[in-house]
Amino acid sequence: MTVPLPVLLLLTSLVPAAVTFFLPQEAHRLRNALSLGGALLKVALIVAMLFAVAGGASYEAGLTPAPGLMLLLRIDALALLFVSLSAILWLLTTIYAIAYFGTKPQLSRFFGFFSLCVAATTGIALSGSLFTFFIFFELLTLSTWPLVAHKQDAPSLAAGRRYLLYAMPCSAALLWAIVWLESATGPVIFAAPTDFGTLAPNAQRAIFALLIVGMGMKAAIVPLHGWLPAAMAAPAPVSALLHAVAVVKAGAFGVIRVVHDVFGMDRMSELGLGLPLAALASVTILWGSVRALGQREIKKRLAYSTVSQVSYIVLGISLIGPFAVIGGLAHLIHQGLMKITLFFCAGIYDERAGVKRIEGLDGLGPRMPWTSTCFSLGALGMIGLPPMAGFVSKIYLGLGGLQSGAPWVLAVLAASTLLNAAYFLPLLYRLWFREPAPEVQGDERAPALVAPTVVAALGALGVGALAAAPVSPLAWATLLAERAWLP
Amino acid sequence: MTALTLYALTGAALIGLGLYGLIAARHLLRRIVAFNLLGSGLFLYLGAAGARGDGPDPVPQALIITGIVVALSASALAVGLLVAGARLSGRATLPEEAE
Amino acid sequence: MNALVVLLTLPLGGALAAVAFPAGVARGAALAAAAGTVAAALAVASEVAAGAPPRIALGGWPPPLGIALAADGLSAALLVTTAAVMAAVLLAARHTMAAGLAGPRIAFGFWPLALMLWAALNAVFVSRDLFNLYVGIELLSLAAVGLVAIGGKPEALAAAMRYMLFALAGSLLYLAGVALIYAAHGALDIDLLASRRPSGTDALALALMTAGLTAKTALFPFHVWLPPAHAGAPAPASAMLSALVPKASFVILLRLWTEALPDEASPAALTLIGALGVAAVVWGSLGALAQSRVKLIVAYSTVAQIGYLFAVFPLLPLAQAAWSGVIFLALSHALAKAAMFLAVGQWMAAAGGDRLEELRGLAQAMPMSAFAFALAAVTLAGLPPSGGFLGKYMVMTAAFTAGQWVWALPMALGGLLAAAYLYRPLAALFAREGASVAAPSRARQAVPLALAGGGIALGLASAEPLALLANGQPPIQAVVR
Repeated sequence: MTVPLPVLLLLTSLVPAAVTFFLPQEAHRLRNALSLGGALLKVALIVAMLFAVAGGASYEAGLTPAPGLMLLLRIDALALLFVSLSAILWLLTTIYAIAYFGTKPQLSRFFGFFSLCVAATTGIALSGSLFTFFIFFELLTLSTWPLVAHKQDAPSLAAGRRYLLYAMPCSAALLWAIVWLESATGPVIFAAPTDFGTLAPNAQRAIFALLIVGMGMKAAIVPLHGWLPAAMAAPAPVSALLHAVAVVKAGAFGVIRVVHDVFGMDRMSELGLGLPLAALASVTILWGSVRALGQREIKKRLAYSTVSQVSYIVLGISLIGPFAVIGGLAHLIHQGLMKITLFFCAGIYDERAGVKRIEGLDGLGPRMPWTSTCFSLGALGMIGLPPMAGFVSKIYLGLGGLQSGAPWVLAVLAASTLLNAAYFLPLLYRLWFREPAPEVQGDERAPALVAPTVVAALGALGVGALAAAPVSPLAWATLLAERAWLP
Repeated sequence: MTALTLYALTGAALIGLGLYGLIAARHLLRRIVAFNLLGSGLFLYLGAAGARGDGPDPVPQALIITGIVVALSASALAVGLLVAGARLSGRATLPEEAE
Repeated sequence: MNALVVLLTLPLGGALAAVAFPAGVARGAALAAAAGTVAAALAVASEVAAGAPPRIALGGWPPPLGIALAADGLSAALLVTTAAVMAAVLLAARHTMAAGLAGPRIAFGFWPLALMLWAALNAVFVSRDLFNLYVGIELLSLAAVGLVAIGGKPEALAAAMRYMLFALAGSLLYLAGVALIYAAHGALDIDLLASRRPSGTDALALALMTAGLTAKTALFPFHVWLPPAHAGAPAPASAMLSALVPKASFVILLRLWTEALPDEASPAALTLIGALGVAAVVWGSLGALAQSRVKLIVAYSTVAQIGYLFAVFPLLPLAQAAWSGVIFLALSHALAKAAMFLAVGQWMAAAGGDRLEELRGLAQAMPMSAFAFALAAVTLAGLPPSGGFLGKYMVMTAAFTAGQWVWALPMALGGLLAAAYLYRPLAALFAREGASVAAPSRARQAVPLALAGGGIALGLASAEPLALLANGQPPIQAVVR
């Protein structure tokens, strides 16, 4: 019997999860080997598939447990875009997490849920139908909660509670929308256009709104973003997972699926749904940046920055034009690489120098050169300085705005860039130009923490500088947009 | 008035009395007696209403006998509970209904 | 011998043996009877799955004179679930209900009562005769009341007495309905009734039987007896009482409304039942939110979950998926609720109480039973991939396809409420400060974990149970009035 590729891809993190739960705390080596082995295997599988899918191939595996219910895993170009991001970043995060936690308690629980979380993300990426997507989306919620609350102190538990408080009602909205939609259309398969049949236009709009509420909570769209800054109480690897690899990205990816595959570009413009979504995304972009300005804790500032940056993806997809979509899809990858770099650095500052607030960054640059260089690269990328990744995204988004007849997008981008600069540049100034406080000590004698950070930072630099290369995320996004617009 | 109608009416009267007792009485023993009244009324009604055509119908008879056995065992358990409860708490009413 | 007969006689024989023999032998006999009953349940299920549902007429007398026993998909699913729950409960009880731990009265009384309860459940699941069903639920009530009272404390006795009064009143109402049915049709067999000529008293009879059975199922507003009774019993007893006992009267109701008298199921009556179900969901959930003892939270959650089952009634004549959906809800509730009570029992034994503050940090000492509770909570809140989710999804789909989306609301809201009231015990369990307690062995913690895993597995491997249920599923009959 041969296991279909999509299932195999899922198993690379599901099997380590299942085994890890039952390992004793002391089995460090075995646990680490499992996590790393799964991550490496997954990356290898994806690399093998990339070329096949670029050539137009797609892989499918499905099962129908009950009439009308369809579990479908399918690897298409969009799925591969997301799954390769999560797989590569998972590998980095695993290395980082192993070093970060060392021999702290409750590691089997942590890595078990960690792997489960990635399995859920993989499932989300590979879902071929809306129902399948929902199953994995919920699994993601459930497996993330123990990670957010991992430290089990009061702030972590409060953050976990807040997460569930946002997640549960929004997932109910999502379920409601799915049941409503599928009772009228039958199972919604992403690969085939949905036949909305008898549904009235207003019902379609309501379904769209509910779907966006469900996805938007994870994508931290204002006003459903409140859980994300609170979740910074979690350990640094979890923040990386939340902000770059899994949760927020899953929400953004869900929005893409809804716009791109469930409704489709034509129906979006027919129903007039693009503009409200773009407006919502713009509000989120600006609001997140404004709030980031006021934060004194590094991780909290980064969290609000995520709120803002993830909506670039939503903005791009909602503008309904080739350039904007390319910008949005590419930003899915770009933001992931940049933000994971920043959170890795924040974790290192905390672990190695005990610095949590931005005042503590004074003069750390020369003492922790590797980390601080990476941090600066990530921050400059977020601002959109050429040739960093963020610049590429913003150019395409701006062009897309013009192309779709929404020049105001340029104003949003400009304002956001200014705000980005306003909340990131002071940090860089403190790192490199301030005198260090005498009591702050800091070193970088933790290669397993620094190495993944450097790799991520180089990645963020590379995808921007080499955006024109044939295998860059931008090229992939262009391929996707071409397939959507060219017959 | 035929004998059957008389049975059915008596049964109905017993059901009414039993229902009143079950609701109105506080003392648990009275309630158990009321339950038995109610049950007897039902059995009487079942016997009368179930009789069809000429000659006795065996099915209601069998049902009534079974029902009596069930009611007896239920009453026994109820009285047992009541006695045990009264020994411990010194009263034969439910706590929330104590005077 | 026919497996149906074994299902009824073996647990009763085991109960008898447990009374008659001295303590050591009694427990062995009870466990042996239990093993045989599990095997019989599996045998019946495999016969149903193979398309040859077993059926016997007792004593060789066919209905209407005699009584028929038969198993269909619904019976088979319930028999197997019951067998799983009972097996887990008895395994857990082997340790906790021993004389040394629980006292001689419980050690003596638990086994016969539990087996009697099992026999009664099996009888209800396979009976096709309304009066035989009456005997079944009466036996069930007597065993259940006995289990509530078994601790012998004043509160437990009062709870048992209250339960008894509700159960007796319910039985008599049901019996009155049965009398009316017999008077009108001269038959009590469900299949014969399905093809009867309708009579004017049928509606009243159905109303009386429904009122009686809802009182026994503890549907709002007849739920007041349930929380003290279920919370007052020892944990393995609570597991049976909460997970299984309400299902018996629910199944009778389901059969009455969909198999025996579907033509009497007027939309107004169904709407009333559905509304009571919604009220139960809200009331039970709010009640659970207000409690500070885990056992009471779990017991109030049963009130809410029973509400779910009845909120589906208005959809039964309209959409095929509603029927399988509600049964999935019932099955997964049985598995999850039993897992919860068994887990709570272990924590109470370790921590000495079940107040939330007493449970703080227990997950450290007992990770497996804490995880079992979490998995069961996932099922009860209807989150994927559990069986509870699948049931909820099917019911919601049924509501939308029937054009009655109002009845999808309690499913969606009830899930949120369940997540809310189950969050507090979970948060307490996983708090950091860990009291050092003597934790039960991993093998004993695995018992609730297996049950809770069953609730999840019901969702993951739903194809087989759905295929099983399809055997003998009543056709939907929309009533136009």
